[in-house]
Amino acid sequence: MAITTIIWLIPLPPLLAFFIIVLLTNRSRALSHTIAVGSALLSWLGSMIVFASALSIKHFGENPFTDSIPWLPVGDDWFLIGVQVDPLSAASLFFVAWTILMIFIYSVGYHNFGQPKGDHDVKGLPPHGASVIGADGHVHQVPSVEPMYSRFFAFIGLFAFGMYLLVLSDNLLTLFVGWEIMGLCSYLLIGFWYGKPSARAAMIKAFITTRVGDVFMLLGIAYLYSATGTLNYRAILYNEEVLHTLSTTASGFLGLSAAGLIGIFLFIGAVGKSAQFPLHVWLPDAMEGPTPVSAMIHAATMVSAGVYMTIRIFPLLSAGMDHGELTSPMMVVAFIGAFTALFAASIAVAQNDIKRVLAYSTISQLGYMIAALGIGAYVAAAFHLITHAFFKALLFLGSGSVIHGMEHGVLHTGKHIDPQDMFNMGGLRKKMPVTFWTFLIGGFALSGFPLVTAGFWSKDEILADAFGHNHMVVFIILALAALLTAFYTMRQITLTFFGEPRTDAAHHAHETPWTMTTPLVILAFFAVAAGWVGIPEHFPLIGGVVPNWFHDFVGGTLIEHPKAVEFNSIPLLTSLVVALGGLSLGWWVYRDIKTGAVDPVQKFLGPVYTVLKNKYYFDELYDFLFVRPAFWISETFTYLWMDRGVIDGILHGTSNLAYHLGGMFRNYIDKPVVNGAGDLVGNTTKRIGHGLRFIQSGRVQQYMISALIVGAVISILFYYLTNFAQ
Amino acid sequence: MTPLQILFILVAGVTLGAAFMVVTTRNMVHAALWLILGLFGIAVFFVLLDAGFLAVAQVIIYIGAISILMIFAIMLTRRIAQDVGSQISSGWGWAAGVSLLVFSGLAWMLSRWEGFHNQMPALDPGADPLIDLGKALVSPAGYVIPFEIASVLLVAALIGAIMVAWDKI
Amino acid sequence: MIPLSWYLIFAAALFSIGLFGVLARKNAVAILMGVELMLNAVNINLVAFWRYQRPDIIAGQVFAVMVFAVAAAEVAVGLALIISIYRRRNTIVADNIDMLKL
Repeated sequence: MAITTIIWLIPLPPLLAFFIIVLLTNRSRALSHTIAVGSALLSWLGSMIVFASALSIKHFGENPFTDSIPWLPVGDDWFLIGVQVDPLSAASLFFVAWTILMIFIYSVGYHNFGQPKGDHDVKGLPPHGASVIGADGHVHQVPSVEPMYSRFFAFIGLFAFGMYLLVLSDNLLTLFVGWEIMGLCSYLLIGFWYGKPSARAAMIKAFITTRVGDVFMLLGIAYLYSATGTLNYRAILYNEEVLHTLSTTASGFLGLSAAGLIGIFLFIGAVGKSAQFPLHVWLPDAMEGPTPVSAMIHAATMVSAGVYMTIRIFPLLSAGMDHGELTSPMMVVAFIGAFTALFAASIAVAQNDIKRVLAYSTISQLGYMIAALGIGAYVAAAFHLITHAFFKALLFLGSGSVIHGMEHGVLHTGKHIDPQDMFNMGGLRKKMPVTFWTFLIGGFALSGFPLVTAGFWSKDEILADAFGHNHMVVFIILALAALLTAFYTMRQITLTFFGEPRTDAAHHAHETPWTMTTPLVILAFFAVAAGWVGIPEHFPLIGGVVPNWFHDFVGGTLIEHPKAVEFNSIPLLTSLVVALGGLSLGWWVYRDIKTGAVDPVQKFLGPVYTVLKNKYYFDELYDFLFVRPAFWISETFTYLWMDRGVIDGILHGTSNLAYHLGGMFRNYIDKPVVNGAGDLVGNTTKRIGHGLRFIQSGRVQQYMISALIVGAVISILFYYLTNFAQ
Repeated sequence: MTPLQILFILVAGVTLGAAFMVVTTRNMVHAALWLILGLFGIAVFFVLLDAGFLAVAQVIIYIGAISILMIFAIMLTRRIAQDVGSQISSGWGWAAGVSLLVFSGLAWMLSRWEGFHNQMPALDPGADPLIDLGKALVSPAGYVIPFEIASVLLVAALIGAIMVAWDKI
Repeated sequence: MIPLSWYLIFAAALFSIGLFGVLARKNAVAILMGVELMLNAVNINLVAFWRYQRPDIIAGQVFAVMVFAVAAAEVAVGLALIISIYRRRNTIVADNIDMLKL
């Protein structure tokens, strides 16, 4: 089978799984998850085959696997749908396939397959637990199976299709199709438990916020199409002349070139999708969805799609860049990325919900990647994208495992506490060892623990690039963000796993089944090993032992192979200090937290803590600036004033006018004049008739007398008139 | 005044008087009898006008049949002790006025006619109106068709009268 | 010797008297008698005109004969009607027979 055929087939199994589950196997849980996991496995297999083939081709960047077919007729031309696997998409395909497969397997256990149905479980609300009579005759509360089990797998199947389509596309249109499919699935899955009002609010918030970004992205795509007549990557991004033309054409807007404006528009789409400032507000609320959703969509794949797209259009963003001078779009990108990284990290420090911390951490790490792109560190950004996907998926799945363990404890003790609050946990390393070790590995990777974690290599490369190209502001901001990252990560790990259990529920937690822990282990492997493919050449001691394969491979995607940055010890030292220092500080502050204790950071920061805990009040600000005016416009202006007032007013006015005119016509013209005339004729005839009645007496003699008189009169007249006329 | 004229005036007076009595008397039988007298007078006039057949026919038909018929009708339509009260209807003034109007109108119109004062011409000698009448009534070149139709009319009247007056119980 | 005018005046007078009888008598049979008088006056007129104007044309007398026949027929039918009305309404006073009244 030709490689391009396999590429075309990769996105299809999850799509088929979606349709089959929705139409046929919705009732059977076992069948649904078998089909779903089977489809993920097939796609994974296809992806590995393609990846392996891609590795064997020299100069892959110049000869990618491409294929396209015409799709929509547009005037004389066609929109094409097509696939392309070049180094960037091959590497992305690798991590997408693995994370999707892991999460599919994880979901089987997460939704408690094999458990009994709950006592009061309702579709649309999370399962509450079932009562089971144990061997000793006591009634135990155990976790119950998710009522909407099959539906979940159908949705994540559709989502997987969207992500594969996005990664494999060869033009911006197909990318956008996958983009939007994922947006839809994100909406559906955040609001998976649609019975919860908070979930409903969150799903709408996510969709609308990303929609703001999508509008600008569509504008960018339209502008690009009208400027170049195509949306194909090879034709635009790998083509010197087109890029040159775009970068020298003025767009007429704020002095930007066409390339600059398009780049910024497309980047705004990424800002929405990857939850960068100012469109970051949806991601923390998206934690309302089940944890596999948070892991897949909001950590590993969908938010990565925004970064992937930005990486893809990097040639457009950097068009016109000469000798390291950043172009305007790159400056915008760098600023937003760096700002978001620090901003989100600061908020994460004050969060108590285990998933919220990870959500802000995701936002912050995405900011890293975007900042890296902004300063031109193409390979570093791609590297961090891939390693982050692995360890963030690991962390989220781990948190899901923790929450599951806590929920088991909650059901056991019967006390209703929040199983997601870290201050209710503690000492879980003894109860849930596999979860603990894998979570630790993921957390170290996130913090950038030296040498043995993937996060170290990718983060270090970003810092090195920033320092090496003299972008000091970015360097310092990212370093501070790394410090905070390490701190809050260790805070999280210490509160959750170390110390003594702070509640009974934590005391009764236990490890989760193999369907949940196996993916954790596999992802932990990648979180450790994925970094070793990108060791810089001039790294002390171990550099050069293994060639920087990643740099060579992914760097080949660009027309000009990017140069590796020169080794400098300062960024390395900075990153070591920041990582180890942050981790130690986090452990030291939180190692002794007892039940009901106040957060030490709260004491330390005082009022600043409240600001951080409330996310800098951005939600309230947006509510005031955008949501309330929107409600006002729709409820008062459009509905009350325009629709009911003006439009209905016109209608009612017209009808009233017609009614009154009609009434007037009737009363003043119809009744008196028309009816009156008719009545008058009738009445007059009647009166005349009545008056002349006396003539008809019925008496013949009278008739004769009258006739004779009349005849006499007539004959006299006749006689005189005719005779005397002579 | 020739004797003929005196005779004429006499008969005219009788006839007109009888006619007047017909229309004014209360008793219906008296009226019928006065009618008979008047009809006799008319017969005399027919004789004076050399229409002998008509005179006889007048007597037979009018007096012999029609007047008797009228008396029958009067008998059949009497109630006990009827003929009380005036037999002239209330509007008799108008009737009198109209009659006078008609009479005067006729008289005046006739008087303006130039032949008003004609004298009776002599009959052709040998001309016999009776034979002529007889011939005229039955000859196809004459008036046989009106004659026959008149008889059909009489039959119709006969049947009609019977039908109308038939007493269905 | 007797001018035509005498006959004509006489016939006119008889006609008028008959007309009065028709118009002013209550009894229906009396009305018929008035009609007879009028018919006879017409006959006199016809025959007088025949005798004085064109005695050679016998049509004058024939006309008078026709008048006889018609008068007889008319009397018969009229009396039959009167008898019929009398049976129905028990009256022959002309003023009481006013079914055509409005």
